[in-house]
Amino acid sequence: MHLYLHIPFCKQACHYCDFHFSTNLSQKRPLVEAMVREIEQRHAYLPTNKLQTIYFGGGTPSLLTEAELDLLVNSIHQHFTLVDGFNGQPPEITLEANPDDLADPVRLAMLRRYANRLSIGIQTFDESTLRWMNRAHNANEAKLAVYRAREAGFDNLSIDLIYGVSDSIWSRDLEQALTLNVPHISAYNLTIEPDTAFGRWLAKGKLTAVDESLSARQFTQLSSTLVDAGYVHYEISNFAKPDQYAQHNSAYWQRRPYLGIGPSAHSYDGVSRQHNVANNSLYSKGINTGTTIAEREILTAADQVNEYLLTGLRTIWGCRLSELDAMLGESFLSKQAPTISKLQQTGWLICAENDLKLTESGKLFADRVASELFVE
Amino acid sequence: MKHIRNFCIIAHIDHGKSTLADRLLEFTQTVGARDMQAQLLDDMDLERERGITIKSHAIQMDYFHKGEKYTLNLIDTPGHVDFSYEVSRSIAACEGALLLVDASQGTEAQTISNLYLALNNDLVIIPVLNKIDLPGAMPEEIKDEMVDLLGCDRDDIIPASGKEGIGVPEILAAIVERIPPPTGDPNAPLQALIFDSHFNSYRGIEVIFRIKNGSIRKGEKVKFMNTGKEYNADEIGILGLEQEPRDRMECGDVGYLISGIKVAKEVKVGDTITSFDNPAAAAIQGFADVKPMVFAGIYPVETSEFEDLREAMEKLQLNDAALVWEPETSAALGFGFRCGFLGMLHMEIVQERLEREFDMTVITTVPSVRFEVMTTKGELRQVSAPADMPEPNLIDYIEEPFIRAQIITKADYVGGIMGLCMDKRSILKNQVYLTADRVELQFEMPLAEVVFDFFDKLKTISRGYASLDYEFMDNRESDMVKLDVMLNGDKVDALSAIVHRSKSYEWGKKLCEKLRELIPRQQFEIAIQAAIGQKIIARETLSALRKDVLAKCYGGDISRKRKLLEKQKKGKKRMRQVGNVEIPQEAFMAVLKIN
Ligand SMILES: Nc1nc2c(ncn2[C@@H]2O[C@H](COP(=O)(O)OP(=O)(O)OP(=O)(O)O)[C@@H](O)[C@H]2O)c(=O)[nH]1
Ligand code: SF4
Ligand SMILES: [Mg+2]
Repeated sequence: MHLYLHIPFCKQACHYCDFHFSTNLSQKRPLVEAMVREIEQRHAYLPTNKLQTIYFGGGTPSLLTEAELDLLVNSIHQHFTLVDGFNGQPPEITLEANPDDLADPVRLAMLRRYANRLSIGIQTFDESTLRWMNRAHNANEAKLAVYRAREAGFDNLSIDLIYGVSDSIWSRDLEQALTLNVPHISAYNLTIEPDTAFGRWLAKGKLTAVDESLSARQFTQLSSTLVDAGYVHYEISNFAKPDQYAQHNSAYWQRRPYLGIGPSAHSYDGVSRQHNVANNSLYSKGINTGTTIAEREILTAADQVNEYLLTGLRTIWGCRLSELDAMLGESFLSKQAPTISKLQQTGWLICAENDLKLTESGKLFADRVASELFVE
Repeated sequence: MKHIRNFCIIAHIDHGKSTLADRLLEFTQTVGARDMQAQLLDDMDLERERGITIKSHAIQMDYFHKGEKYTLNLIDTPGHVDFSYEVSRSIAACEGALLLVDASQGTEAQTISNLYLALNNDLVIIPVLNKIDLPGAMPEEIKDEMVDLLGCDRDDIIPASGKEGIGVPEILAAIVERIPPPTGDPNAPLQALIFDSHFNSYRGIEVIFRIKNGSIRKGEKVKFMNTGKEYNADEIGILGLEQEPRDRMECGDVGYLISGIKVAKEVKVGDTITSFDNPAAAAIQGFADVKPMVFAGIYPVETSEFEDLREAMEKLQLNDAALVWEPETSAALGFGFRCGFLGMLHMEIVQERLEREFDMTVITTVPSVRFEVMTTKGELRQVSAPADMPEPNLIDYIEEPFIRAQIITKADYVGGIMGLCMDKRSILKNQVYLTADRVELQFEMPLAEVVFDFFDKLKTISRGYASLDYEFMDNRESDMVKLDVMLNGDKVDALSAIVHRSKSYEWGKKLCEKLRELIPRQQFEIAIQAAIGQKIIARETLSALRKDVLAKCYGGDISRKRKLLEKQKKGKKRMRQVGNVEIPQEAFMAVLKIN
């Protein structure tokens, strides 16, 4: 089973970000206390108490103090047992961190006591782009973060990158990333969300939309560069050295149950999804008074098929036809035969050894392919 | 027969017909408290969702008046102008009508047009001043208006509120006292007028009739006089909340007949049912043919479903006598039907009903009015599909339909409405003050300018305080041109439109812009061009789609993203592939969204 903890605090708001977070750090401690209470209330949500992965996401979990981490981790240990991962790997405990929080070796050493994997939000090594995005770190901190983390004993590292700004910046970012030789890289196309600074600039015409051909070109460059360097392109936006896939995130894509704690966190128990309110004070109030803060949705057979298509096709594993048939209660292949053959002819989809998978060019149209295959 | 009263409720849209019907049904205990719901007779999903009546609905009530039992057949009718054919057929089954007028709005365009329909059929009118509970009600002023309009006594007007149940006993008493019982000869050969019909997937075709003379027995052999077809009256009965079978029905009654009719085309509203053994000498006069105002092609999204669509249309036509159609072919869309509608709402409803009741997904093409074209060879042609318009060099002249339009509005908005009408190539014919601040304007205007978005504009300009009624007048010569649309150089006949030359350039430009918004990007670039004859007058380019994938898909993104894609997919359901371009339904309606 898998546990996600959402730490909804950041030092400042990045201009592209529409995650749920607050910059009012004075509320951090009481909120962590509410999260501890939520763990007490909801630990039985999952079918067993055995955890293979824990993920501190956000927001910026690297802002947590030792005392706060202590509270959370003690509570987790009280209610759960950590067990080895599904392919024999030790339990994966990831913490998302921003480079500016990794400057201090003492702090890094402290974080290492609570987590064995860091996901570092580098985004770019380009100084002016970092500032344009309103990131809290500078280019130098971005470059040093990985070295310092290694020194503190983090071998299992992932970095986040964003592309879609300019070709020259992206080439340099990729080159720089390769020199770090980290086992895992996530790379996201810059997306302008409406409820962000960039979104507002776009609406006012102060920003032009991300150029789609540029994004497509950079995605192709990303994939070929990293694959040539020995990474496996195992999910649309994720690359890993062999056997170093992100276990926690893979659980999302393989539809394994997870419990999400904290404001805006989502949970999945195999038949339904639910998410907590994305508002820190409503969340705390709800948890502290025992009133409901979550919305739950039971998935129909069609919902399950569609989610599987949506997430599965993005991955190296694709979608297994026998699983689709089982969910649907009839043969997926015969139900969607015309669509499947159309997508095969377009060159986006292959149907190999009972799995549906995207081709290299199909990866650029993953959403289109999934939605065309959706059932009602 | 002395104890039967047949009446309908007529009014302008939203003046409270269906709500008042609820109160009558309640008062007469036709419907128990448990089954009661607001606008009970609006039993189609579409009616409930939209809050308007689309179909006339007949229902029988028992009512005791001065110790005697009466059978009242009520027909609730729609108020929207697009469904006026429903009203006119209902009227033929009645001797009287409740004419409702909203006490806050007063007489409106369809109050007047429906009143004339009823008067032309010699119905006794019971004027009802409805919604008197409204804070904005102006009972005395509106009564003045009604007296002027009807020439009735002020005291004849019954104040009522369907919402609060005010005036219900008075209305029921007036129905019995003022409306005459049906006339007709109970001993004459059977003559029953079919005024509606319906396809029921379990029970087959049901016809709704009103007996004008004679009587009908269950099991007897009957004949439809116009088609000459013979059937057994397997089941007859009255229309309660549910159908209630009867062994015999008498002169003056309203009811239904099920007789194993298999072929939808054999049933025509306006036909007369008579007895096979003792047939009547002549049929009753049927209904005037509907005059469709707008025409559009309806095509199945899946070309293979053409025959299914035909069957669905035949069945739908049973219940929508105002729908007319004939097969047509389009180079772009294949086999389909050219349909005539009473207006845009009617067209929308037909499309929705085909989808919901018959599970057909269809594409509706650019709507058009019917033009008359004189060719250089001296041939007069009716053209209701832009694709049928002859080449410009073969046209001598084109005539377009003109209508006489009545607009009733508050005096404050006269200026704005005049401006709108002038922009629509209209001629002001008359202007009458109904009261100090309510005006009736009469225009002659091209139908093509009215059917599409005129009504919405009128409502906006008048903040809702304007109503419109119109009727066909004549055809007049106009300088019309056919505007073609080409996608990547191929003409798409289903996207063509016929427009006035003075507006053609502007339309061409806006149409291309609109299509660029509406056609989803595909993996290649698409040139969108508008042309008149050989001349290209506008062009837009739709860039190629390079990428369709979201950056992130983690635990919190999955359900939101699934829903987003499902919604997009739903929008794509009505798409037709023309050449290698996928065109969504909205693109065919783009013409309407110009201006
Ligand atoms: N205040 C008030 N509102 C009413 C009354 N009668 C109807 N309404 C409201 O007016 C609206 C229209 O009522 P309907 O009964 O559907 O009107 P209608 O004439 O049947 O409408 P169409 O069949 O579409 O022409 C609804 O929102 C009703 O709730 C009334 O007596 N008083
Ligand atoms: S990108 Fe990360 S650090 Fe920036 S605002 Fe969003 S959650 Fe906070
Ligand atoms: Mg109604």
